[in-house]
Amino acid sequence: MKITAEEVRYVARLARLELSPEEVSSTTEQLDRILSYVDKLNELNTEGVKPTTHALAINNAFREDEVRASLPQDEALANGPSHNREAFIVPRVI
Amino acid sequence: MELYALTLHELADRLAKREITSRELTGSVLHRIEAVEENIQAYITLDPEGALKQAEEADRRLGEGETAPLLGIPLAIKDVLCTKGLRTTAGSKILEPFVPPYDATVIDRLKKSGAVILGKASMDEFAMGSSNENCPYTIPKNPWNRAHICGGSSGGSAAAVAADECIAALGSDTGGSIRQPASHCGVVGLKPTYGRVSRFGLLAYASSLDQIGPLTKDVTDAALMMNVIAGYDPRDSTSINLPVPDYTASLATDLKGIRVGIPREYFGEGLDPEVESAVHNAIKALQEAGAETVEISLPHTAYGVAAYYIIAPAEASSNLARYDGVKYGYRDHEPQSLLEMYRLTRSQGFGPEVKRRIIIGTYALSSGYYEAYYKKASQVRTLIIEDFLKAFQQCDLLISPVTPTPAWRLAEKSADPLSMYLSDVLTIPTNLAGLPGISVPCGFSRTGLPIGVQLQSSHFTEEKILQAAFALEQRLGIKNKKPQL
Repeated sequence: MKITAEEVRYVARLARLELSPEEVSSTTEQLDRILSYVDKLNELNTEGVKPTTHALAINNAFREDEVRASLPQDEALANGPSHNREAFIVPRVI
Repeated sequence: MELYALTLHELADRLAKREITSRELTGSVLHRIEAVEENIQAYITLDPEGALKQAEEADRRLGEGETAPLLGIPLAIKDVLCTKGLRTTAGSKILEPFVPPYDATVIDRLKKSGAVILGKASMDEFAMGSSNENCPYTIPKNPWNRAHICGGSSGGSAAAVAADECIAALGSDTGGSIRQPASHCGVVGLKPTYGRVSRFGLLAYASSLDQIGPLTKDVTDAALMMNVIAGYDPRDSTSINLPVPDYTASLATDLKGIRVGIPREYFGEGLDPEVESAVHNAIKALQEAGAETVEISLPHTAYGVAAYYIIAPAEASSNLARYDGVKYGYRDHEPQSLLEMYRLTRSQGFGPEVKRRIIIGTYALSSGYYEAYYKKASQVRTLIIEDFLKAFQQCDLLISPVTPTPAWRLAEKSADPLSMYLSDVLTIPTNLAGLPGISVPCGFSRTGLPIGVQLQSSHFTEEKILQAAFALEQRLGIKNKKPQL
């Protein structure tokens, strides 16, 4: 087994996902197949090979730290499932 | 021929000459949609009222003598791009009520050029899928045979173009999601070089792989769309500051001096013999146009799928963390706590494939597994890129199939995610390397399903693949064939 149901439940918790027992079971099975497949990468010797995170090397795409027009507050809040015109409202955090 | 059946360049010409109005053209396409959409299901959201208003505005601009490449042309937009005031769902229930307060950069460019937006095209949820079956809204049917898939994730865009439900469309491509559905639906689909087209306003799936591109009825139309959408954007920090050539200037029929590489690993086991034969036909056509062919090897091709299905889900697990019910989209309204709100919202809002990939990605990045999976995959990515760089020393572009088989039947692969993933083997390396790639129709299977051929070239040389694609299109003579609807 490449991955256990326990690990799937743990990772789901990290990802803020709730899986039903059936989902845990089918996900574990599917992930096991997928992870077994990607094991293929271990056929390759990658000693000393630099990882690529971006196909094109760009560095520091900065701009001057000047205030510019942004989204007006009411537009930014408009899609909020719950807001009080100043902020988004969520269940108690602490 | 009906207006809706014409190409972008033909219509742009007639509009500019005031032979037709955008109102007439948009009306023609809307009627077409009314007639066939029930059977094709290419759209998630249609905006006929908005489209007609935009058409009137385009007519006003045309009346004042304004010229702009897309002035008055009705387009479909994959629902993965933010369109201000027009609902955008990314093919997911989690964004069902989401109305963007801004336009994506590419949309802004389209609007400045006078395009008319008909609506938002169906897609696999968050661009994760190869058949457009991962969509809770609509599952588009292949216009050439409605029992078959359109491909994905830009399946709706491809279907809409093939069925004349738009004059052209935008899609996005992370592992083949423009090229593969284009191939399955018999239309042209182009994935630009990474960084060529701004991703600002694109609902991100995998940030180092995603690119936006056109799906069109012919190669000239793709070049015209590229002229409008390509270009540096300071709001996308991965956007490259290079001038945009006039892509229509490179379209030619004489390919003397062009070296076309044939990568042997793309023609291996599992390739459908009809696809192979159609692609060999296309190779012959390029040779007849004057191109020279050379055998090439891209030895790490077979490892692309494995690398991709670690890297893309890893990036997605991060990108999709924002869908938490706080600022936009769906929220479960009965949560007892913040954590529960996140869990319930996401579990109810995301479909099974999205959850699967978030879990794979989270796992691959988690402590203890990061080196074995994500780092390893990123190293293999380097090897794949090196293969291409070496190849492009011997040739100007690469020719290959787009997908190992023609479009399969609906539901045929949906029970086995892995077999679906394996069908992306021929398009994934392009994204890992950030190269431009185009799919252009080159034939049909015995049962009448479209087959496309893929061309890839080095970074920022879209002119090369457009040129060869145009030459192919002119020689193969199948571009005016339409599905019977």
